[in-house]
Amino acid sequence: MKILVCISHVPDTTSKINFTNGDSEFDTNGVQYVINPNDEFGLTRAIWFQEQQGANVTVVNVGGPDTEPTLRRALAIGANEAIRVNANPTDGMFVAKQLAEVIKTGGYDLVIAGRESLDYNGGMVPGMIAGILGSNFVNSCIDLKVEGTSVTAVREIDGGKETVSTSLPLIVGGQKGLVEEKDLRIPNMRGIMTARTKALQVLEPVSADSNTKAVKFEKPAPKSAVKLISPDNLDELINLLHNEAKVI
Amino acid sequence: MSILIYAESAEGKFKKVAFELASYAKKIAETSGQTVTALTINMSDVSELSKYGVDKVLKVTNDKLANFTAKAYADAVKQAAEKEGAKLILLSSTTDSLYLAPLVSVALNAGFASNVVGLPVSMSPFQVKRNAFSNKAFNITEIATDVKVLCLGKNSYGIFENAGAAAAEDFAPSISDADFGVKVQSVEKGSGKVTIADADVVVSGGRGMKGPENWGLIEDLAAVLGAATACSKPVSDIGWRPHSEHVGQTGKPVATNLYIAVGISGAIQHIAGINSSKVKVVINSDADAPFFKVADYGVVGDAFEVLPKLIEKLKAFKAQNS
Repeated sequence: MKILVCISHVPDTTSKINFTNGDSEFDTNGVQYVINPNDEFGLTRAIWFQEQQGANVTVVNVGGPDTEPTLRRALAIGANEAIRVNANPTDGMFVAKQLAEVIKTGGYDLVIAGRESLDYNGGMVPGMIAGILGSNFVNSCIDLKVEGTSVTAVREIDGGKETVSTSLPLIVGGQKGLVEEKDLRIPNMRGIMTARTKALQVLEPVSADSNTKAVKFEKPAPKSAVKLISPDNLDELINLLHNEAKVI
Repeated sequence: MSILIYAESAEGKFKKVAFELASYAKKIAETSGQTVTALTINMSDVSELSKYGVDKVLKVTNDKLANFTAKAYADAVKQAAEKEGAKLILLSSTTDSLYLAPLVSVALNAGFASNVVGLPVSMSPFQVKRNAFSNKAFNITEIATDVKVLCLGKNSYGIFENAGAAAAEDFAPSISDADFGVKVQSVEKGSGKVTIADADVVVSGGRGMKGPENWGLIEDLAAVLGAATACSKPVSDIGWRPHSEHVGQTGKPVATNLYIAVGISGAIQHIAGINSSKVKVVINSDADAPFFKVADYGVVGDAFEVLPKLIEKLKAFKAQNS
């Protein structure tokens, strides 16, 4: 099985978010970058397929040379090879078109991309790839089993879960549940050393338009201080929620 | 011209987000001289949509669509948009709509923005404000294409009545067998429980609850308030509660009217996931818990003492005010 895991290079979840250049750009100053958490669950699941069923795992990112450490990290975790599409990921459709091209050329059976990235939270790339290629698509996937070309997947739905059957080739929008937090791997020294010699192929982008553009950023208005209520005066809490906040 | 909304339903009833979407569409339609068309799937009585400003309903009745199937539903939305010549297609932010939207966007060659909060900032160029960076910031996104698809963030606009008379019309999109490459085998869903996605109030517990055996208190508080229950990431990681209840940056986002956090310290990733909620209450024995910095109301106290008292008092309050 040939698996492609799409990796977004995103600010660490604890990063302070600031903007620069008249609030038109994300301020990368002092920001640590990581593999997008939703992608990391998918990557680990892909490594399981590789170890348990035999699979070749390629990771791919659309981005500049500064994203290569993130791809190397994925290689150190166990991916066999990496591809970087050398382009600024301007919007979801642009990225989806680049990835669709990589998938067509590489003939992957299974593509796992995070359900959404933690920077722009667009939640669109996996679905758009499926739309472009006309492939089977399971979003918000929390369990995945492959036998031959048959697939059983579980997706999270509002208030529960749903089991579906489908077949390869398949695009998956992944998240926690594909593996659990405790299953995520920290690269060991051997992995890091091996990753240095694994292939990281740089491809030039295909021409594609962006449909959308982030023109400006804003930070939420500062919050007023919390109103503290004594545990002996819970009537006051109920009163405030009813009369002031008007939520009960 | 008309704006198309997909009015989501479950078990023969419209979801609340469908009414919010209708209210939102009506407002845009009024200011831009358009009408609102709603697409419904396997709903017999669609009259309720009239209350929220829908002018026309396209009713799809098709047994093949009994289960949500993203590709087939996307096909129905696409054909409805083409039939109506709609340039603006609006969906909600439920798991199903978020699954559909990118497929619709590709099918219609439309620019797509999710997590939209509030009315468009500008109609020409078309710009919307959306949540980004896991609720730590907003971005203004400009959509350049002629046809546009938006997913409206839950609770970001509100529900407004706008009485009218919606004309219902049967609509039979051609759904091909190729749309069913993914088949539903079984659905597991807590019956009669309020889901996080649908709730106006969410009561959430953290490690401060000390163990799954104490969740009765969270459930009782939720029951009085008609709320959904949720939990922090550590709680779902240890397995005290199912992953479907985990809210936060890597779990479910919560955008509710009232969010009550009990025994949750308020890690930045948790706050990111719940920050779109309007009113936040925190109950925690540690006065230094970071949650107090972002909450509207706080009680510093032991959950095991505060919750039973609060539940009793709320019961009395509800009895008086219902």
